[in-house]
Amino acid sequence: MSETVLRLEGVRKTFGGNDVLAGVDLTVQRHEVVALIGASGSGKSTLLRCINLIERLDDGRIWLGDLDISDPRVSVDRVRSRIGVVFQQFNLFPHLRVIDNVTLASRKVFKTTRAEAEKAALELLDRVGLADRARDYPDRLSGGQQQRVAIVRAIATNPELLLLDEITSALDPELVTEVLDLVRELAREGTTVVMATHEMAFARDVAHRVVFLDGGVVAEEGPAAEVLLRPREERTRAFLSRFTGSL
Amino acid sequence: MPSSNHLLSDVEIGRREYRSAQTVRSVLVSLVSTVVFAVAIWLTVINTPGWERVQQSFFNLEVAIAAWPRVIAGLWINIQVLFFATIGVLVLSILIATIRTLSGPIWFPLRALAAAYTDLFRGLPLIIVLFLIGFGVPGLELFPRNSAQFWGTIALILTYSAYVSEVFRAGIEAVHPSQRLAARSLGLTHSQTMRIVVLPQAVRKVTPALMNDFIAMQKDVGLISVLGVVDAVRAAQIETAANFNFTPYVLAGLLFVLLALPMIRLTDWYTARLRTREQMGSLV
Repeated sequence: MSETVLRLEGVRKTFGGNDVLAGVDLTVQRHEVVALIGASGSGKSTLLRCINLIERLDDGRIWLGDLDISDPRVSVDRVRSRIGVVFQQFNLFPHLRVIDNVTLASRKVFKTTRAEAEKAALELLDRVGLADRARDYPDRLSGGQQQRVAIVRAIATNPELLLLDEITSALDPELVTEVLDLVRELAREGTTVVMATHEMAFARDVAHRVVFLDGGVVAEEGPAAEVLLRPREERTRAFLSRFTGSL
Repeated sequence: MPSSNHLLSDVEIGRREYRSAQTVRSVLVSLVSTVVFAVAIWLTVINTPGWERVQQSFFNLEVAIAAWPRVIAGLWINIQVLFFATIGVLVLSILIATIRTLSGPIWFPLRALAAAYTDLFRGLPLIIVLFLIGFGVPGLELFPRNSAQFWGTIALILTYSAYVSEVFRAGIEAVHPSQRLAARSLGLTHSQTMRIVVLPQAVRKVTPALMNDFIAMQKDVGLISVLGVVDAVRAAQIETAANFNFTPYVLAGLLFVLLALPMIRLTDWYTARLRTREQMGSLV
């Protein structure tokens, strides 16, 4: 069971003299769902961007499986193709139909034939109830539908790790549930997920482990229920007191 | 209109009657005002003291008919040059624009070269480029003897690609960075991202500007006449010299306008369509 998918060691990132990440250690096992929580600006998104090699580390190391991906000699394209990412603003390609958005990486990065990629994509879209929208352009879909397509696009190539960056923050409240239900299902199936989130109730229900970032370091981590309901640290308590209604 | 079986209320029927009455009225007003305006201009022009002489030497129907075969044959040359120049400009300008957006030290010489090229050819008057390329390059005796028409096309491509590549570059930079981010996160390489995600969106953004540049090039094609190519302008010049009458120039000018009209209308239609799409059918 305990096969390490992702390991971070002393990860640092500085923006203009400001230590956004000041030495983060984190290990994620296969089939584990880890929720990153913390105030705005606590470095949740930056941490995800470092893992996906969109930001260059200022120090520390990151391993994906056995590969040290912080080594400048690794191919960033290869690393990124092993990681799925879903963004706050969906970032679907507006000039491509839903089906082409979903199959793009399979066809262009993994060189799957179009027929094969589309068959797999339609199965996935069918599971999220969007098979009938496959030939539509993204702007014809609601925000919740677009975000579900973005999730399908991210998992279409069976990545080892799925990164979710506050994926419900740009959605209308009544659309949040459909997206979170999909993540819940992926978690049940054993997808390895690291997600930055403000949805504390969702983190409690779905995450195996919650990591509280504060001042650029991991201030507290542990099983979701423990960290969220019985935090040990004073600053975790102070942060969570703002969410009392939702827990 | 909504296709329901809903029976319109009296208020809505009244509103629609009022609106169609208003439409008829505005059509009538514009018709009358146009006719009055045109007649006023016409009367002013034909009552100028020199009108008869001007009409004789610029708007002479017999001369126009006599010049027609030569001018239209020349226009066919212009259309050929336009065709090849358009293809050349599209290829070269996309190439230049892409080179200018490359990052990484290895590309520095190419980037610098592309930047120098756009600086140089946007600054040089087209007529000077035509002379230098049209008379200078064949003088090198490096290339097989190509016609003036060939080198004129090359000069047009070089000049217009410098402008059009800047239009493409603006389009590339107008595509939101999150699109690039999403593409690279899927594992696409820089060039795949450029080709599949960025360029298609950039081209859509700059299409009206590109069409405008095409219209500008359509008439500048006439400048290749300075190289001795017997295009519509040169043919008109020959006819004019033969008859001491300027009507062939007017004829050639009219033909160029007719050539440009479809593209001008198409550009208007396309920009209007973009606008309606963006304002989602609102009235303002």
